[in-house]
Amino acid sequence: MNVNESTVVLAIETSCDETAASVVMGGNDVLSSIVSSQIDIHARFGGVVPEVASRAHMEALIPVVNSAVEEAGILPQRIDAVAATAGPGLIGALLVGVSAAKALSLVWDKPFIGINHLEAHLYAGLLDDPTLQFPLVVLLVSGGHTMIIEMRGHGDYTILGRTIDDAAGEAYDKVARYLTLGYPGGPIIDKIAADGNPTAVDFPRAMMHDGLDVSFSGLKTSVINYVRKNPTMSNTDIAASFQSAVVDVLCAKTIKAAQQVGAKGIVLGGGVSANSALRAQMTERGNAAGFRVALPSRAMCTDNAAMIAAAAWHRLKSDGPMDLSCGAYPNLKLSDVPR
Amino acid sequence: MILGIETSVEHVGVALGDHRGIRAHALVASDRRHAESLTPMIQFVVRQAEATMSDISAVAVDIGPGLFTGMRVGIATAQSLAWALDIPVVPVCSLDALALNANTEDITVAAALDARRGEVYWALYRMNGNGQEPQRITEPVVSSPEDMAIHLADRAEDVVCVGTGITRYEETFSANPWVRVLGGETQFPSATAVVSLGTAALIDDRGIAPHAVEPMYLRAPDAEINWKTREGAR
Ligand SMILES: [Zn+2]
Repeated sequence: MNVNESTVVLAIETSCDETAASVVMGGNDVLSSIVSSQIDIHARFGGVVPEVASRAHMEALIPVVNSAVEEAGILPQRIDAVAATAGPGLIGALLVGVSAAKALSLVWDKPFIGINHLEAHLYAGLLDDPTLQFPLVVLLVSGGHTMIIEMRGHGDYTILGRTIDDAAGEAYDKVARYLTLGYPGGPIIDKIAADGNPTAVDFPRAMMHDGLDVSFSGLKTSVINYVRKNPTMSNTDIAASFQSAVVDVLCAKTIKAAQQVGAKGIVLGGGVSANSALRAQMTERGNAAGFRVALPSRAMCTDNAAMIAAAAWHRLKSDGPMDLSCGAYPNLKLSDVPR
Repeated sequence: MILGIETSVEHVGVALGDHRGIRAHALVASDRRHAESLTPMIQFVVRQAEATMSDISAVAVDIGPGLFTGMRVGIATAQSLAWALDIPVVPVCSLDALALNANTEDITVAAALDARRGEVYWALYRMNGNGQEPQRITEPVVSSPEDMAIHLADRAEDVVCVGTGITRYEETFSANPWVRVLGGETQFPSATAVVSLGTAALIDDRGIAPHAVEPMYLRAPDAEINWKTREGAR
């Protein structure tokens, strides 16, 4: 199959709590990107509940896919390939998207591609700025992942650093829950931190000088201990000081990684990269260290299907189509290609 | 032609047929590898019937009750096929399809599927014979096998019992002298039964738009039950 600038991919993403579908031409021309979020559905549980997520994906699936094709302004015959996130993620949720994409591939007699969600996050930055050049260092931070990745080319990645305990987004959720601020924690803490003093409390920056791995579990514990001992301390100052510690560590480690591999740029990805303090600090400190810093739009940072379609375009070009016996792989690693 | 999809139990079944009968069918005892097996099986069955995807005029799908993950694989596949082909979906209840396995005339049939956690999904039917649609006497529910057995004993009439919900708890039901238990392959609803029920439903114009198909769960997610209990205690 000849994969080129006019190749159109329809992709479906259902790995966690967003039902998404997108039509992308040539690997970077986003014709449509529809995201139906379940945040409100999970808020009362204080986190994503797998069975609740799977049920919500079922309800949203067809309307979301239908809107993506309609909004792209193309006829289904124009679609050259169908992709879905095959992992990692919640098994029951992934299966909804994979089943749908394989069925569409069968009816239209077009190739199917199962995509690694982590790889797709790396493509989100490139989608927003196709002029970026390899090697890149990507900081992938979300509720489930915290990784510093060297991207040398398409399909060519090395994980340079990762969290040894909680993901950054998880730390935000846990601190927000402890301060009874609500769910999800990231946007709420980001919002109130803007009114707080980031130097009010000097929370620990764990493992700051040992390699490129990070740790947030100790930080979370010291926030909880501090609040217990200082019950009158304002939430805004706690939030700002906590956020300052997280952002400080992420920026320092990412820039260190970029220096080590001689990166041509730093790219942010994943839900936490929508955080305003992280975006501002990474730009300031990255630029000061001589790196170009790419900040994908908020819509590209959080889970979406356009990044799945972009990754699928590259996978189709390099590996060709996949077999329809593809399943879902909840524990897929960044280096794994679904089969 | 009608494509029938059966994924609400451990098996995966696909059948293709019309009012004249089944043209091709396939069964994989895949032990919950539903997603991996289903699409290739549809491809296989359509080829074996010497048909193409565009020959399919409706998709009949087992919507449960049954294994949640299996049901969703089947329904997402059925919805997507139907959406892309612009054809209707016919939702078929797993217990209705299961009752059809007791192909006897003028008798009460109890169809039950293992719901795990010590419970069964079940419903009672009146059979009309000749593969006609079973008439529901009671609506599908989830309960303990003991509660179901008490219900059957209270009826004090001959009843043919079918399904994994019966065979798993056979000692609970076989004490009742009115009960006759069917075993073997009849324990599972079949894709061919889904096609025959789907065909009958289509004649009555009971096909629906793909997005309108809803799984029959009969059981709320644990998190929701716990949340409601907590809220109620407040
Ligand atoms: Zn993600």
